[in-house]
Amino acid sequence: MSVDKQSPILRATGLNKSYGDRAALIDASFELWPGEVLAIVGESGSGKTTLLNALAARDQPDSGSVEFQLKDGALTDIFKMTEAQRRLLARTDWGFVHQNSADGLRMEVSAGANVGERLMALGQRHYGKLRATACDWLARVEIDPTRVDDLPRHFSGGMRQRLQIARNLVTQPRLVFMDEPTSGLDVSVQAKLLDLLRQLTQHLGLASVIVTHDLAVARLLAHRMIVMRRGRIVETGLTDQVLDDPQHPYTQLLVSSVLQP
Amino acid sequence: MTTPVLRLTNVSKQFTLHHQGITLPVLQNVNFEVAAGECVVLDGTSGMGKSTLLKLIYSNYRVSAGSIHYAQAGHVPLELTSASPRVLIDVRRHHIGYVSQFLRVIPRISTLDLVAEPLLAELGHDEPAIKQARELAGVWLTRLRIPERLWNLAPATFSGGEQQRVNIARSLIKPRSLLLLDEPTASLDALNTQTVVTLIQEAIAAGAAAVGIFHDQAVGNQLATRRLDMTNFRSITCAAQ
Repeated sequence: MSVDKQSPILRATGLNKSYGDRAALIDASFELWPGEVLAIVGESGSGKTTLLNALAARDQPDSGSVEFQLKDGALTDIFKMTEAQRRLLARTDWGFVHQNSADGLRMEVSAGANVGERLMALGQRHYGKLRATACDWLARVEIDPTRVDDLPRHFSGGMRQRLQIARNLVTQPRLVFMDEPTSGLDVSVQAKLLDLLRQLTQHLGLASVIVTHDLAVARLLAHRMIVMRRGRIVETGLTDQVLDDPQHPYTQLLVSSVLQP
Repeated sequence: MTTPVLRLTNVSKQFTLHHQGITLPVLQNVNFEVAAGECVVLDGTSGMGKSTLLKLIYSNYRVSAGSIHYAQAGHVPLELTSASPRVLIDVRRHHIGYVSQFLRVIPRISTLDLVAEPLLAELGHDEPAIKQARELAGVWLTRLRIPERLWNLAPATFSGGEQQRVNIARSLIKPRSLLLLDEPTASLDALNTQTVVTLIQEAIAAGAAAVGIFHDQAVGNQLATRRLDMTNFRSITCAAQ
């Protein structure tokens, strides 16, 4: 039982964010550990996406800090880095899977180019290698590699989401943010994507923060769970603890409102 | 006298249902210990809190009061009620197993991999070790009479009894120092029940401690080294519910 010797990969401390008079995020603090999948759940407008955007340095909080463990092991405040350093992190150590695949893909270039782009940003130039890696990753996310030259707009919704995942994972990030990765997909397509995510996070030892309103998704993928309401974290714990023995009135309402969490 | 693997001290559990405005007391002042090589069987009728007690030990439910102390030779003793989620995940992965009759089916994963998964999780890309884990999964499935033609299929379409046996193989393949047995033999036929009893006996003989619930008295009798009457853990308030 030596787990406490490690240090977290991500630490959020006292995050606050307001839009005008409306507080979207109030005093959010938590830690994420290497290899751990954390689900953030709550109803629309509860602050889930605001929190995710703050963690991924896409939207600066009004106060508080987000520290990320760099490859040398040091926890570093991402908002004290230069913009260039943050961009490099976003291209290498981090991935971000958007709810709407069009936000995470370049729709006007081929599937292969979408996967290869992050590698090119890291300096890889050998066309043959880029193409081979792209085909390999398409196969890993169960897209026929013969579609490597097709535009994402000719892909189904589920395929686009899988392409987005390939695009993000090709640089072997250590931390992936996902914003409702399965919503808007057919149930059968959702199951395939969820299984894929589960296997990839396990095999690659990825740490991941997943925003979802679907408690079954949280149950399947996440080790731990954060429940948000009106900008505040109202409950945290092991996923099965929160779902099976919810303590906060809002969590009890959330859990009792779905047919089968 | 060996140090007990598990010690519960004054454990109580009540469920507060905020929206219904009620509090349900279930367990009061639970005190007992379990040592390695022991199997403590919980006796009591339905609704007495037997499963609740196992879930409290597994940290699936949170205690309302009291302490649950887990100790394993060679490891720092641990207070489960205040352990961090990170530590609990590790404890569940390596030390405490929960064996129920229900398989939480994971879409598209083959039965063989599902059974081998508790071992695969820590093997990384060590191919010979992965092959060995799969072979061991095959041994478990064979002992539990799951025909080889089903091993590469996901168990979603299996019968209830087959799913239950797959779950038992998955739950027992990795040796653990504490087993929580929540009616693992319920609805199995006599032959398979006896196999599961043998497998549990082997785990206990190998040094595991166990706490179990068995509605089948004969199974309980075969496994119990000691029995606990759940009525001892019901307060007057609980009993009145």
